[in-house]
Amino acid sequence: MTAPHHLRYSKTHEWARLDDDGLVTVGITHHAQEQLGDMVYVELPEVGRAYKAGTECAVVESVKAAADVYAPVGGTVVAVNELLEAHPEQLNQDPYGAWIFKLKPENAEDLKRLLSAAQYQSMVDADEG
Amino acid sequence: MALKTTPLTHFHRRQGARLVDFSGWEMPLHYGSQIEEHHRVRRDAGVFDVSHMLAIDLEGAGAEALLRRLLSKDVGRLARPGAALYALMLNEDGGIVDDVIAYQRGPAAFRVVVNAGPAEKDLAWIRRHGAGLSVTMTPRRDLAILAVQGPNARRRAAEALPAAAALLQGLARFQAAEADGAFVARTGYTGEDGCELMLPAERAEGVWRRLLDAGVAPCGLGARDTLRLEAGLNLYGQDMDEDVTPFECGLGWAVDLDGTRDFVGRAALAGARPRWQRLGLVLEDKGVLRHGQRVETAAGEGLVTSGGFAPTLGRSIALARVPLGVAPGASVSVAIRDKMAQAKCVQPPFVREGKPCIALLSGGDSARSIRNNP
Repeated sequence: MTAPHHLRYSKTHEWARLDDDGLVTVGITHHAQEQLGDMVYVELPEVGRAYKAGTECAVVESVKAAADVYAPVGGTVVAVNELLEAHPEQLNQDPYGAWIFKLKPENAEDLKRLLSAAQYQSMVDADEG
Repeated sequence: MALKTTPLTHFHRRQGARLVDFSGWEMPLHYGSQIEEHHRVRRDAGVFDVSHMLAIDLEGAGAEALLRRLLSKDVGRLARPGAALYALMLNEDGGIVDDVIAYQRGPAAFRVVVNAGPAEKDLAWIRRHGAGLSVTMTPRRDLAILAVQGPNARRRAAEALPAAAALLQGLARFQAAEADGAFVARTGYTGEDGCELMLPAERAEGVWRRLLDAGVAPCGLGARDTLRLEAGLNLYGQDMDEDVTPFECGLGWAVDLDGTRDFVGRAALAGARPRWQRLGLVLEDKGVLRHGQRVETAAGEGLVTSGGFAPTLGRSIALARVPLGVAPGASVSVAIRDKMAQAKCVQPPFVREGKPCIALLSGGDSARSIRNNP
């Protein structure tokens, strides 16, 4: 299981989940953490700040490199996973459990523009050639 | 252009290593976890495929004269076969063409091991300076090079290579010898004890497998980079290059200005005033120091030349090129993306033989717990 079917995906390797409370939970994919390697630092976004879809709002750093995390849909950050500050390795161990932030979306319908699990998997497979 | 492969590249792939481009070579980055591999080397033993580096054999009546002219240290001081030294090849301006280890193999025979990236440049440079001298130059692409590093490296390598066991136990630091068809050197670039094995390519996979059977961890070049950074060792192309002199990147000790030996770059170094000095940085704020970040000091701007997360210390460290006048203990700011982060200057190395050798500032708990739980 590298891309669970109940999630939506961005081309920049974030996953997004629309929760029952209307919020969108965001993390990075299994493929993203595998490409980056051991995580050593996460810079979380500011709660209360609004982001447009596709803008940088967090940074994950592995021993190898820093990578921006983009907002998969537009919205306002309402929560961040502070546990990641002390335990960034959770992004490696459980990428679909270790969420990074929650957004209150401007329009929940925007999630439909993201990739399905099958579409995301095909994109990753094509990249790996 | 296709990436170059070592005698072990396809084996690494079959063994599940993550392969990436290192200076045009397809090399393992890690075998699963770069941090775990780093710790295995610090606590026990790990093996790296460094066959992308190039051994160059120089033989003939003019070999010694050529190397006395090309290297910043005097190979004339290598008194017997197996004796080795770390030296720099400099250009006429005193800039660094490459850093090398030179081994004496006989009265008129030397082996020089150069880095992967500048290898072709180095060959041309050596050839140019050897014109007219009686020297044959043989690039030994037929050899694989395995670096076995860590406190238990030589003991475990002796288990894997029984015919070289006595040699491995008796070898002094920075000495090499030949046994069982392998050139065995007590050298490495991780800040640990260990050895480098140069052997015919066709033997590489068998020796690698026996090392693993002896308990040595397979490691990728990712861990080699964090290990050498903790050890305060310069990486060619990042911390040193043709635009800096040895005195500007902490390598003055590798230049022999005593005596009258005239080597390429000597005249420039004798008259040059350093523009920079090299210091270590320990990040006090959150984040990760990376190559290329701007450093602001009381004496002006500098640059992070190598930076990253130090697994042994549990925090981010860097090597930096800073203006003269900045001293260990000074506070500096580093531009990490759009923020300025505080860092403290220290004198490298950061870690030697598994032990932190800098005073850790606040929040060093992770380093202590790592040390106490081998």
